[in-house]
Amino acid sequence: MTERIYIFKKFERFWHWSQAGLIIFLMLTGFEIHGAYSNFGFEKAVGYHTIAAWSLVGLWVFAIFWHLTTGEWRQYIPTTEKVVAMIQYYLLGIFKNSPHPFRQTQLRKHNPLQRLAYLGVLLFISPLIWVTGWLYLFYDQWAAWGLGNLDLSLVATGHVIGAFLMLLFLIAHIYLITAGATLTSHLKAMITGWEEVH
Amino acid sequence: MLRKTFAVVLAAWFMGPAASLVGAQEVAVKLNSTADHTKFKELQQTFKSGPEVTKACLSCHTEAARQVHRTKHWTWEFMNPENKQKLGKKNVLNNFCISVESNYAGCTACHVGYGWKDANFDFTKEETVDCLVCHDTTGLYQKPPGLAGNPVVGAPLELPPGSGKFIKPVDLTKVAQKVGKTSRDTCGACHFRGGGGDGVKHGDMDTSLAAPDAEVDIHMDAAGLDFSCGTCHKASSHDVPGSRYTPTAQDKGGAHIRGKEKQGNPATCVACHSNAPHKEADTKQAARLNHHANKVACQTCHIPSFARGGVPTKMSWDWSTAGKLDKDGKQFTIKDDHGHAIYASHKGDFVLGQNVKPQYRWFNGEVTYTLMGDKIEKVEGGPVGINRINGSPGDGKSMIWPFKIMHGKQPYDPEYKNLVKPHTAGNDDTGYWKNLNWEKAIAAGMKDTGLPFSGKVDFIETEMYWPITHMVAPKDKALGCVECHTKGGRLEGIEGVYLPGRDANPFIDKAGWTLALLTLLGVLGHGVLRIFTARKH
Repeated sequence: MTERIYIFKKFERFWHWSQAGLIIFLMLTGFEIHGAYSNFGFEKAVGYHTIAAWSLVGLWVFAIFWHLTTGEWRQYIPTTEKVVAMIQYYLLGIFKNSPHPFRQTQLRKHNPLQRLAYLGVLLFISPLIWVTGWLYLFYDQWAAWGLGNLDLSLVATGHVIGAFLMLLFLIAHIYLITAGATLTSHLKAMITGWEEVH
Repeated sequence: MLRKTFAVVLAAWFMGPAASLVGAQEVAVKLNSTADHTKFKELQQTFKSGPEVTKACLSCHTEAARQVHRTKHWTWEFMNPENKQKLGKKNVLNNFCISVESNYAGCTACHVGYGWKDANFDFTKEETVDCLVCHDTTGLYQKPPGLAGNPVVGAPLELPPGSGKFIKPVDLTKVAQKVGKTSRDTCGACHFRGGGGDGVKHGDMDTSLAAPDAEVDIHMDAAGLDFSCGTCHKASSHDVPGSRYTPTAQDKGGAHIRGKEKQGNPATCVACHSNAPHKEADTKQAARLNHHANKVACQTCHIPSFARGGVPTKMSWDWSTAGKLDKDGKQFTIKDDHGHAIYASHKGDFVLGQNVKPQYRWFNGEVTYTLMGDKIEKVEGGPVGINRINGSPGDGKSMIWPFKIMHGKQPYDPEYKNLVKPHTAGNDDTGYWKNLNWEKAIAAGMKDTGLPFSGKVDFIETEMYWPITHMVAPKDKALGCVECHTKGGRLEGIEGVYLPGRDANPFIDKAGWTLALLTLLGVLGHGVLRIFTARKH
């Protein structure tokens, strides 16, 4: 018997997918700027990367507003409850067809590992990327801002570290989409809003 | 006079009523000089020599010769105020034809004087200043090598004697009556041919600049801005600014303003374009590019390659292979597909280059020469610097500059361990170009320098730096970002700056990609295991 609950609201889904698109595009252009491969050419890659970055800033303004006004920010409050159970599930239970230790509700969309991961992205990776990214973007203003002694290699390396962390997150995140009640239940939820739970 | 009037009338007739208003009067012609030299009695005579012309010039321009006497163009000497090195063509040597000393009669074809045939030339005489070589407007005035800076006057001259080649005499009266401002042609007569031939030496100066199109030089573009050399190298009191001994590597002085005291070198890019040359109206990246201009010389991006006008420049010269003879025992020349010599018995092997990508270095304008008497050593893989440039990313004075680096292999004295000045040009018993005997040629050359010569000759590798500053391309041909912002790009090896696209922290990159790969393998393994276990259940 399949039960369906409405997890992701319209704005949330829009936010998620546009953010996903922007982040993947930022990674593609970013790693090109970093010299990892070549596609658009350095100059265009910088231009697109900049446009995508500002678009993401705009998106975040709306997202932050939405989270604060709807109280959805509470979804990211970390908890230790069932963390061990989740880890055990991914390491062992999932192979034995054990039941998922966490049951989604509208008030608790994310399992405890998700909460921790997203909070980590929010509190560590994002600030690292944003701060270094903005400095990078306004490189020609450093002297005027009194930051003349700042070393571009530090800022750039920080930005690259952020990018690699985001890449690791992305790989794990994409895989874990398949770890729902069925292979596609998480994906469907993020598209339609409705999650199938057993 | 009649013909001129007729021309004006004709022009007026063609141009219609507007032009007819001024009528057939000569005021319609805008002259750019207040003097018509054809009208000067002093110049209405048959001149038998250059100095006679100069005397006539000096009868009105009374101080001109004494002004010229103060300049490098006359003295061929320059005291570098920074390191007190005594430079100038008279003293330095290079890795082209090597040296002026002992070869005066040949080299001084490019001296702004008459008669400098040996070390005893009198630099105080006024009438031996050559006014015409810079102020000729006819293109008829020429000073062939071998005549110590004198033109051929009177009868045709066979040069070299016995060659059957005759040089036509110059009509000095005509040239003198048509004097005017310097031009690309007058400056170019020597500077386009530095090193003994068209484009040989500089790489960014050759006869393609006599009437270039915009692609070759946006400023000199004959159908566009049409700058002469003097537009930038604005002379004052016959002193022409701009120097390769003490170049202005970094100009923080901004655009020049009339009346402002203490303006620097007028020949820099900044002197016109200011320190913030990129404008928002022209490019979205103006601020970013202006920031680049703090460390990158304008020339680096705006001269994408040198020798762009179809004239090759010498990139290397190997004197050690000179002296071969053909089966008849005669000197010979080997030419490339374009007809340019790549070997000559009297000079050795050449490597030529066109559209050459410059090499880039931090440069603060300080140049040190290896002079005669400086001890040198043959070291593996390290050529001797004929000149050495200074600069570093952190000295606050350096910019990243483009260079032509001329490679040479030239004679030196392995016992006294110094470079030598051979006697090359000259129709005598010791000149190398005629006799192909190094020992004799060097002994003769060194006698002029007053330094000892051991009698032994060896060859040593040398290099010489030539900052690239001419042949500025149109702005749409300036370097794109990726020329430098890439691995193995133009600025590979330039230290002290982090170049996105070129640079990375190797540890972070390695760790980042390794972790990404491990994560990928981890999730894939996890997935495979899930598929495998799912089947069992």
